[in-house]
Amino acid sequence: MRLTGRGLVDPDHPIAFSFDGQTYEGLRGDTLASALLANDVRLVGRSFKYHRPRGIWSAGSEEPNALVTIGEGVGQTPNVRATCQELYEGLLAQSQNHWPSLKRDAMAVNDLLSPFLSAGFYYKTFMWPRAFWETIYEPIIRRAAGLGALPGRPDTARYDKAWAHCDLLVIGAGPAGLMAALVAGRAGLDVILAEEDSRAGGRLLAEREEVDGMPGPQWVGSVLAELTELPNVRLMERTTVTGAYDQGTYGALERSGLHLSDPGDVPLETFWHIVARRAILAGGALERPIAFKDNDRPGIMAAGAVRAYLNRWGVSPGRSVAVFGNNDDAHRTAKDLGEAGVRVAAIIDSRSDVEIAGDAPVYTGAEVIGTSGRLGLSEIRVRHSGGERSIRTDCLAVSGGWNPSVHLTCHMNGRPVWREDIAAFVPADGAVPGLAAAGAAAGSFSTAGCLADGAKAGAEAAEALGRPAVKPDLPRAEDGAYAISPLWAVPGKGRAWLDLQNDVTVKDIKLSAQENFRSVEHMKRYTTQGMATDQGKNSNVAALAVLADATGRSIPQTGTTTFRPPYAPVSIAAMGAGSRSKGFAPERFTTSDKASRALGAPMIEARLWYRPSYFPHVGEKTWREACDREVGMVRSAVGVADVSTLGKIDIQGQDAAEFLDFVYTNTFSTLKPGRVRYGLMLREDGHVMDDGTTACLAENHYVMTTTTAAAGAVMRHLDFVHQAHRPKMDLRMVSVTEHWAQFAIAGPKARDLVNVVLDSPIDNDSFAFMSCAEVSVSGVPGRLFRISFSGEQGYEVAVPARYGEALFRLLLSQAAVLGGGPYGMEALNVLRIEKGFITHSEIHGRTTAFDIGMQRMISAKKDCIGKTAAARPGLIDEGREQLVGLKPAGPVRQLTAGAHLFDAEASATRENDQGYVTSVGYSPAFGTYLGLGFLKRGRARHGETVRLVDHLREIEALCEVCDPVFLDPEGERLRG
Amino acid sequence: MAKLIALTPCADLLPLVAGRITLSEHVPEAITSVSPFAGRGAEVSAALKEIAGGRLPKPNRTTGARGFRVIWTGRHQVMVLGPPVSVPGAAIADQSDGWAVLRLAGPGADQVLARLTPVDLRRDVFKPGHTARTLLRHMSCSITRTGAESYEIMVFRSMAKTAVHDICEAMTSVAARA
Repeated sequence: MRLTGRGLVDPDHPIAFSFDGQTYEGLRGDTLASALLANDVRLVGRSFKYHRPRGIWSAGSEEPNALVTIGEGVGQTPNVRATCQELYEGLLAQSQNHWPSLKRDAMAVNDLLSPFLSAGFYYKTFMWPRAFWETIYEPIIRRAAGLGALPGRPDTARYDKAWAHCDLLVIGAGPAGLMAALVAGRAGLDVILAEEDSRAGGRLLAEREEVDGMPGPQWVGSVLAELTELPNVRLMERTTVTGAYDQGTYGALERSGLHLSDPGDVPLETFWHIVARRAILAGGALERPIAFKDNDRPGIMAAGAVRAYLNRWGVSPGRSVAVFGNNDDAHRTAKDLGEAGVRVAAIIDSRSDVEIAGDAPVYTGAEVIGTSGRLGLSEIRVRHSGGERSIRTDCLAVSGGWNPSVHLTCHMNGRPVWREDIAAFVPADGAVPGLAAAGAAAGSFSTAGCLADGAKAGAEAAEALGRPAVKPDLPRAEDGAYAISPLWAVPGKGRAWLDLQNDVTVKDIKLSAQENFRSVEHMKRYTTQGMATDQGKNSNVAALAVLADATGRSIPQTGTTTFRPPYAPVSIAAMGAGSRSKGFAPERFTTSDKASRALGAPMIEARLWYRPSYFPHVGEKTWREACDREVGMVRSAVGVADVSTLGKIDIQGQDAAEFLDFVYTNTFSTLKPGRVRYGLMLREDGHVMDDGTTACLAENHYVMTTTTAAAGAVMRHLDFVHQAHRPKMDLRMVSVTEHWAQFAIAGPKARDLVNVVLDSPIDNDSFAFMSCAEVSVSGVPGRLFRISFSGEQGYEVAVPARYGEALFRLLLSQAAVLGGGPYGMEALNVLRIEKGFITHSEIHGRTTAFDIGMQRMISAKKDCIGKTAAARPGLIDEGREQLVGLKPAGPVRQLTAGAHLFDAEASATRENDQGYVTSVGYSPAFGTYLGLGFLKRGRARHGETVRLVDHLREIEALCEVCDPVFLDPEGERLRG
Repeated sequence: MAKLIALTPCADLLPLVAGRITLSEHVPEAITSVSPFAGRGAEVSAALKEIAGGRLPKPNRTTGARGFRVIWTGRHQVMVLGPPVSVPGAAIADQSDGWAVLRLAGPGADQVLARLTPVDLRRDVFKPGHTARTLLRHMSCSITRTGAESYEIMVFRSMAKTAVHDICEAMTSVAARA
């Protein structure tokens, strides 16, 4: 219920929202959780395994129960913690994990079956029959146990990913974090202060405390006012630091738009990489439960959360509240409730040696041993020195003490250290390099202690970064000692819950020990304790205390499981922000892209590039028809293809030629200016890396062409060879791929077309095969190469890219006059297969110069990269698979790339494998499919018949083995 | 003889505005890569000083004056933006058409780039005239701070469309949050 006149909510701004179809009203400043409690909604969800009714446990991101689905349809987000969701006008929330409704959940039958569903049940029961696991058991279990459902369609909302850099990252803006940021900020450090909550202040917003004579929130406001004035301090609210990584990098999730009714273009979440020279963990502490019978009913809450709802949101979670604790901190709850006029039903303290003042009935040395109330708490049963009694109450505030938030300090394998005096783990020093814990996160639980700790940590960080800080006057604040006497689980029969999110009980932990899963890591996996999305924040320490007890060890002996990133759940959409669909990789477009698409050419991807596949003509029904036509066009007239995507590397220097000799297998130092040579490049391991042509433009000036796919790899290889193997060679290399738009012009009428665009025409003799020159192309300085990848008379003309589109259009219009036109990648592939030219289908990384029949290109007169390795006996063995051509020789005429080769009579099994097919195309010139492939001893087997078997596509064909060069082996066409 | 029409890398993509942030294309007269040969650094540096008003910049720095900007782009490599240059003792290559040069300017430009590149762009770390070869999302790029709230970003010409798209997305986010 809402208590008027209390808290930091704005009573003048009511907000309408709906939960499970019913409309409610909250106030500005509410979370969904506080608004639900204000409306007396206690039942908010069903538990993961047993579908038990559950309510709100906490007031923070550690919430194990109150997970809801926000929104509906494509935009719905499941498993949102109601304690973190700020209220906005029109917010739609749905409870989860029930059927048909939250109040009447048929799956609650699981709870009745619970004696059979204890820890390890699945492992024991669903062992056999084995095939049933994937097909039957797992789908059923997955449907029965679970949380919210995803919409099943891609999330189209906006998300961001961003980087931030600072000297000091302060994690948490409670008293410790605020002081740390203030001291470091005043000293001039670049500070990022990250606060998970929508509002800075930490426990100062939740407790009734004075700091420096002001109410807590007012003091927070005064500090924030100063921090805002400091240009070097950046406050990031709604930002959870989720992980600590190498070299001072932290992951953080900002809920940048999740609090808005209409986020517009504001991203829902922003995932930050924060790089900090130093960090201070001031993330506070989390209150832990005490396990007792039926301690999971709606209405049973952390005592600190009850105070937070009361003091920050002006909401009492009950009308008659009982308090149960093992430490002094719990008593504040009764005091605050009393002060607010809420009835306190009882104060139950497990310790006998304490004095408690107040009007409420007090039971010391007492424990809660049971509860009742079907969909919410109505009564508790208390055992005390004088016997047992029942107490009517609709809310029980529980405190089992506080656990410092050590999680981030475990992310780089640090193990927290047990501190007996506070019965809790604290961060180990130096667990994350550059990160220090301060305040409650370091086990300092009083406000005065937190303020002092924060100031000290801030000053130390400033000092370490060479900016000595001025010691501040510490504000006066509460400085009570923290007295606790551990109580983890109240002995007794029945189910006492430890892990509310994964439905793990004290009995499950004991069973684990009994079945010899005694190591804390084994216990975790056996019971699933701590494996839910809250990572055991609420249950971890109590569970291992129970394990310690069951195995007769101390808590430090038992040890603790560790924590991994993320500290709180991070949506995949935020981590992958911007990488949806095409955002996954850049797109590279040639200058002819628009013109090609305008002609209807479908594009295929060649690495990041988009290249036209074919140029369909009206009436052509399949790509093959277009491809056949384009191949015929090149063979009979002239075709134009954009080859700008090939890598072009400009190489200059007095040692350039010698360097080329070293990276290519063949000799380039004899290449004269104006000439082009084909070159083969090996990797250090002797296998073929790439091939292409290199032109000598002038003395000591070359331009190397690489394949499209290997352009980057070759550039990197050349840089490596130069820097690592030949550092004294004087040469410089730079990629000029993008500067030039380059077009292949091929066919018997190629020269006619080239001469249309050249300002000074060429002829066959003066510009012979493998020539190159600087030319003027329609008034633009360009380059001309006479090279051929089709086997036809071929040229490549290059102009600066700004003229690429214009030249492409000009070439096409002029080609049409000659009966030619553009050709795409499909035709290009057929043309080169007919000619037996290789691509990366053949030089796929596992083939050698020997395999592709180019062994003689490895010059005997000089050394080159890969030469020695290529000479290893195994790599020049005649039994290796060698490049061959394949032609259909039986009734089945279709060949397929990827198929394997077998002897004609042998069965098509792995043992009999003789090789494989790498490239296949339909050759209109030969009227048949042609293939290239690798066959054992292939060069000695020309004329033999082999069997091609494509196991995937179920194709079998007999093939004749032949030379890989099908067309014009003498090369008369390309010289013509 | 047909005349070839020239198109800039971002011809139909820019300018764009989001809030107070603008993205526009800059087309320098030329971009020339200058790579001094072994032992010729001092000579090239002096020549550049003469021609372009700035010596060979150190790594991550730029120099230049009188309409020239000399940007460090790699080991033994700078790009000269401005009129074409030729310097003895260095490998010279025309790169004028290889790069899209984008100008991002306005309050919040640093927040736009913070969504695209991991580089530390804080003003006292990455000052005017500082430059970095880095990533713009998945693209290799060169980023130079040209003023308190302005940057020049160079990406491969073929990637101009993706670069503009990605920068525009970040601009939209930042403008919406302003």
